[in-house]
Amino acid sequence: MKPPPFSYAAPPTIAEAVGLLAEHADAEPRVLAGGQSLIPLMNFRLAEPSHLIDLRNVAELSGIRLDGDVLVIGAMTRQSQIEQAPEVAIAAPLLAEATGLVGHTPIRNSGTIGGSLAHADPAAELPAVALALDADLVAAGPGGTRTIPAAEFLRGPFSTALAADEILTEIRLPRRAGGYAFVEFARTHGNFAIVAVAALVELDGDRISRAALALTGVAPTAIRATAAEDVLTGAVPDDATIAAAADAAVSGVRPAGDLHASAQTRIELARSHVRRAVTLALHRAQDQR
Amino acid sequence: MAEKHTITLTVNGRRHIAEVEPRMLLVDLLRDELSLKEVHIGCEHGVCGTCTVLRDGASIRSCITFAVQADGAEIRTVESLADGPTLHPLQDEFWAKQGLQCGYCTPGMLMRACEILAHNPDPTSAQVREGIASNLCRCTGYQYIVEAVLAAAARMRTGQNATHDVEVRS
Repeated sequence: MKPPPFSYAAPPTIAEAVGLLAEHADAEPRVLAGGQSLIPLMNFRLAEPSHLIDLRNVAELSGIRLDGDVLVIGAMTRQSQIEQAPEVAIAAPLLAEATGLVGHTPIRNSGTIGGSLAHADPAAELPAVALALDADLVAAGPGGTRTIPAAEFLRGPFSTALAADEILTEIRLPRRAGGYAFVEFARTHGNFAIVAVAALVELDGDRISRAALALTGVAPTAIRATAAEDVLTGAVPDDATIAAAADAAVSGVRPAGDLHASAQTRIELARSHVRRAVTLALHRAQDQR
Repeated sequence: MAEKHTITLTVNGRRHIAEVEPRMLLVDLLRDELSLKEVHIGCEHGVCGTCTVLRDGASIRSCITFAVQADGAEIRTVESLADGPTLHPLQDEFWAKQGLQCGYCTPGMLMRACEILAHNPDPTSAQVREGIASNLCRCTGYQYIVEAVLAAAARMRTGQNATHDVEVRS
């Protein structure tokens, strides 16, 4: 099918884009980033915005830079750029690994990091990365900018803390030492994840000094597995500890079953993928030393 | 009807100025306005890959790209591959190795293969297989496509031209 008619603007500045959101508030305006989720939805007429504000001309929204120990990525930076950027490989390899699992290359050549986070698909990879890394998301609105921690940004399926007149402009990812891993289970290569796990572990001697785990596919949005993090933190990593962490990660979750996987399947996949992610992250942490 | 927007884009080396409704998809601009009918439309939601074209050298799905988003871009479609009657090595090897049967996926496969080889002129079989995983083919089982891309890569590295000429119908 083809999208329904809409009016369109591609302003050159963030301020003008925010102004257009307010001006067209009655037309259910949507912000167009890479369009790799929004346009299919419009083709199927599952989304019918009457006005689109395309951010492609806002040059300041694209780019990757290191600000001290924080990796700063403009919301309109394409996923394929992130995948290949040396700054990302150094400062946030977890993001690089996860981005390589977002769709296929032709999707990542258009898709953006900000578009993915603001769309907040519950099966998407990047929200889990933002959560695991304690990312800060910067939003611009009529009253200026504000910074939203990832944990507060993700509200539910396709739902974020962004107000109707706000635009996500920047993603700030703190650089983390130690090992990382992003693993997922998908029906086919390139598909959305049925279950995905982002893991970060830091070692101090033989013990885990810090662990961060985020899960996709077991709740309405990506979640932090804090109980599993508690099991790992301070522990000497062995198979029993990792298994206990995997059990803890799924102990409180109540995923909804759907046509992709039953609730029980999601729980078992989460358990096995937490184990794999933590094991891989630990190997990488040990390799660094 | 929504107001039209004027866009300028280069398609296969030729500059075009087009007046488009914002909802016009790039694939429809290419096919219906520029008569590039070898760009195929398949699933219309970014899954099958037959509408794949190159935008500034990067493969994209033209069925989930608005024409207005291509303003200022350089687009290449499968029509740009052959040099007159002389096939591009990729086209030639798809022919020789039977990398197509019905041909529906071929325009997208070829453009995706162009990008794969531009990034990596000497890929392994596994890299080609992973690279073309973005595009669906229901006929070949992919094996012959992988072989064709590898054979074309070898020829492109040594600068060997195509061995088949085709009759061009105008």
